[in-house]
Amino acid sequence: MSGIKEFEGKAVALDRANVDTDQIIPKQFLKRIEKTGFGRFLFYDWRYQAEGVLNEEFELNKPENQGATILIANENFGCGSSREHAPWALLDYGFKAVIAPSFADIFHQNCLKNGIVPIVLTEEEVGFLLAKGKENSFTLSIDLEKQSVTDHEGFSAQFPISQYWKAMLVNGWDEIEITLQLDDKISAFEQQRETALQI
Amino acid sequence: MGKSIVDKIWAEHVVHREEGKPDLLYIDLHLVHEVTSPQAFSGLRMKNRKVRRPDKTFATMDHNVPTINRTQIDDQVALNQMTTLEKNCLEFGVELAGIDSPEQGIVHVIGPELGLTQPGKTIVCGDSHTSTHGAFGALAFGIGTSEVEHVLATQTLWQTKPKTLKLEINGELAKGVTAKDVILYVLATYGIRFGTGYVIEYCGDVIKNLSMEERMTICNMSIEGGARAGLVSPDETTFEYLRGRKNVPTGEQFDQVVQQWKAIASDSDAEYDKVIVVDGSDIAPMVSWGTNPSMTAKVDASIPRQNDYQTELEKDSLVRALSYMGLSEGQRIEDIKIQHVFIGSCTNSRIEDIRAAAEVVKGKQVHPQVRALVVPGSQQVKKIAEAEGLDKIFVDAGFEWRDAGCSMCLSMNADVVPNGEHCASTSNRNFEGRQGAGARTHLVSPQMAAAAALNGHFVDIRKVTVGAV
Ligand code: SF4
Repeated sequence: MSGIKEFEGKAVALDRANVDTDQIIPKQFLKRIEKTGFGRFLFYDWRYQAEGVLNEEFELNKPENQGATILIANENFGCGSSREHAPWALLDYGFKAVIAPSFADIFHQNCLKNGIVPIVLTEEEVGFLLAKGKENSFTLSIDLEKQSVTDHEGFSAQFPISQYWKAMLVNGWDEIEITLQLDDKISAFEQQRETALQI
Repeated sequence: MGKSIVDKIWAEHVVHREEGKPDLLYIDLHLVHEVTSPQAFSGLRMKNRKVRRPDKTFATMDHNVPTINRTQIDDQVALNQMTTLEKNCLEFGVELAGIDSPEQGIVHVIGPELGLTQPGKTIVCGDSHTSTHGAFGALAFGIGTSEVEHVLATQTLWQTKPKTLKLEINGELAKGVTAKDVILYVLATYGIRFGTGYVIEYCGDVIKNLSMEERMTICNMSIEGGARAGLVSPDETTFEYLRGRKNVPTGEQFDQVVQQWKAIASDSDAEYDKVIVVDGSDIAPMVSWGTNPSMTAKVDASIPRQNDYQTELEKDSLVRALSYMGLSEGQRIEDIKIQHVFIGSCTNSRIEDIRAAAEVVKGKQVHPQVRALVVPGSQQVKKIAEAEGLDKIFVDAGFEWRDAGCSMCLSMNADVVPNGEHCASTSNRNFEGRQGAGARTHLVSPQMAAAAALNGHFVDIRKVTVGAV
């Protein structure tokens, strides 16, 4: 994974609460054994009517929202299952960040591990962006080092992110590689624990 | 001040701690299934890495296995996923309960059944309902595929210690009220986010009096309240369940290990970040009417109206849910007609669930407009049920009796609810499309599902005479 520092992109608003992972990527698409190619199935049941006909009402399908890279959603985004296919689908579709007032825990982790930035802003800030996005698509800039989201018309907000994950994302580090550097410590732990438990 | 079980398990498993980082936590048991593991194994292969502890890793296939005609699998993509798991397990030396194994079943049913799940362990699986194993006093939580790869390679995970929530359920449950109703009631009352960022510890008289299988039903749905894990401090009920199971020490060693398990239970003066107290006598048989598990009502109540909610977001969610469900505001729960019944899933597919449903069904007939399925959680559960003649009760009543798997809980295999039809389901999620595109799911207990199967609509199990033939 290459590092992410700052980027600018088109934002699309999806004003729904509790969007679950079954919606983000329905289960019939979980049978693939690769990580790629899930983008065309993203929000499948909302994006398409029966027989694969495009649902023109759905936010992502509007012409002005094509090419969006930042998704704005409402509270508890990504609740439900642990399927990492959800961030894979978002990533494959082109999203680099999701902004919401809150995220479900496992989904939040899964985003970080795949280089999608999950951005928590206050309800007011997200409310403002959702309202703006309903009227027109617009551009947002995200700066991971400064932990800021800004538009070109004076909106500016700060978001929290753990220093650990900030460093991981900015540098594009491989977590397993880092852990394997602690291999001796893991082995020592195993030995001590297995003696203590007599197993 | 005393310590809670979560504090104790955590402290025992920290391998490495460093300022500004999550803790590196050791994992005692890693369960693997066919849907969330293929990309993790390819990740290992690409970097030339091994599975660090195959002896602490156990695999099965459950999500997309057929529950009928298993020798001939038509879905080529699903088949590919299953054979990929077989190949991966062989290559990396991981034990697998494959489709032909007498031990095959839903990963969260077979872990406890095989005695792999034990108090004090850290347990992970690429599946959010891993919280089920918490019933044994284990710290068990679901992880994504990147984390699956990380655990395979290192037997550890970077984790930030979650906050603790004590959920105390006091008093007694009324007749006809089950563990499933307890957790649905909690979700209906506190919503689907109250547990986010917490590990829930269930306690109180109601929990103390539940069997292990009932405790599993409750811990299973912790994730539906946003909590990655839910657990119960181990006690005599836990030890008795584990005694004599495969993978559990025997004789003197068993007594020793019980002493260790006892020590892991929460101290009576343990401190928690949040406490919720529920009165068990307030709980009734519950039925979900909407598109998330908190959209649930007592069986003798009605679907809420917009006026019952304060915020626009809630009103909007109600309208959206009812339009998907084809139901209306104020409609009585008992008037909801159903066309399908599914008794199964890692929430309610164990032998006690199947016995309870059989009691209701015995000597009666499934409503002519209803198609009903019983899918045992494991091949072992199936075998026990058949030895007790329960399969015959179901088949005589007009149910289909299947092989073990996730089946209609998420309908990745051929067991699907058609568009627009209603299903009384003992599973855990009623999300849009979960049981099939346009399918309308109602979450209930096995007893309530069985009674609905006989009547073609929901009925209050408290008013039904059970077991009378
Ligand atoms: S039974 Fe349902 S909830 Fe349980 S593991 Fe299978 S798909 Fe997931």
